[in-house]
Amino acid sequence: MSDATPRVSLGKLFRVFGLIGLTSFGGGIVAYLRRALVDKEKWLDEDGFMAALEIAQTLPGLNSTNMSVIVGRKLRGPAGALVATLGMILPGAVIVTALGFTYVALRHDPKVAVVLTGVAAAAVGLLVQVTLKIGWKQLIRPQDLLFVVVVFVLVGIFHVSLLVTLIAVAPLAIWVHRPRTEKEAA
Amino acid sequence: MSKIVELINVFALLSLLAVGGGTAVLPEMEHVTVERCHWVSDTQFAEIYSLGQLAPGPNMTCVALIGYEVSGVAGLLAVLVAFFFPACLLCYFASKVWDAAEGSPWRDAVQRGMAPIVIGLMLAGCYALGKTASYNPAKDWDVNLLTLGIGAAVAVILSLTRINPALTILSGGAAGFFLLG
Repeated sequence: MSDATPRVSLGKLFRVFGLIGLTSFGGGIVAYLRRALVDKEKWLDEDGFMAALEIAQTLPGLNSTNMSVIVGRKLRGPAGALVATLGMILPGAVIVTALGFTYVALRHDPKVAVVLTGVAAAAVGLLVQVTLKIGWKQLIRPQDLLFVVVVFVLVGIFHVSLLVTLIAVAPLAIWVHRPRTEKEAA
Repeated sequence: MSKIVELINVFALLSLLAVGGGTAVLPEMEHVTVERCHWVSDTQFAEIYSLGQLAPGPNMTCVALIGYEVSGVAGLLAVLVAFFFPACLLCYFASKVWDAAEGSPWRDAVQRGMAPIVIGLMLAGCYALGKTASYNPAKDWDVNLLTLGIGAAVAVILSLTRINPALTILSGGAAGFFLLG
């Protein structure tokens, strides 16, 4: 059932991903993707979606564009990956550009400046909430918390380059979770 | 022209280092673009990131505006391509390899090992933005109290309700307009 990949036209692929790119306000793009790809178009079943998401989250890059590449490739090969990714990025890029032009023109207006102060303050609250929501499991497990703190201090406080930090810390963190023969506690 | 090359170098590397999503490169991006290259001020950086929260689609599309600040429309396009293309290309080929590694226990180890690193980076991102957007020593205490209060209110509201996050960002702007204006 999950191997029966439907034939999808490139135009349709662009429209479906473009609609997600245009309507997914406020983050949480994964939920929009699931609704469109699994529930509405039925291009993927639940397992196929979760498998794609797993890859998208592990590889570098944004989850939303990685999902576009993976699902586009699965449905229509290289052209599909390109079309789906462009559909995902373009609407937001156009809107952010329009917002940006307005911002550059108006940011010295004191009335606009106070709005931006409030907007930025709220964005920090959103980022903190998202971090705690996806990270609480890591924050309560002492072994993981150690890595959280080490990375925070290296990158956030001492500005050690991200590349150096990843090369130093990632192999150790993966080794700690290395596969073992006996069943380990989760 | 050299500015464009510099933009491409910085954002292409950031693209490939974005483990666990775009937010993970936020602290590094802030450090490089504000403190090392002086492309934007810390306040501008926080504002550009916030504007990105008001646009649909991938939440880091706003990085294009840093390119615009540096080199106009050419800078904007250069940053968009540099920030998205390398990671997408890597994903295209790596996802083929990943398919072949189906069922390997190391996949699970990579995911569980990277999770705390991503959270550490996201917390560093909160700090990088918060040190200007939430508590700025250069501003009066009542402004700081308000910005900290807005952030806390947004975090609490989003934890308790299923309201669209973009609406809380707009409400923050309204609060700034009426209480600071």
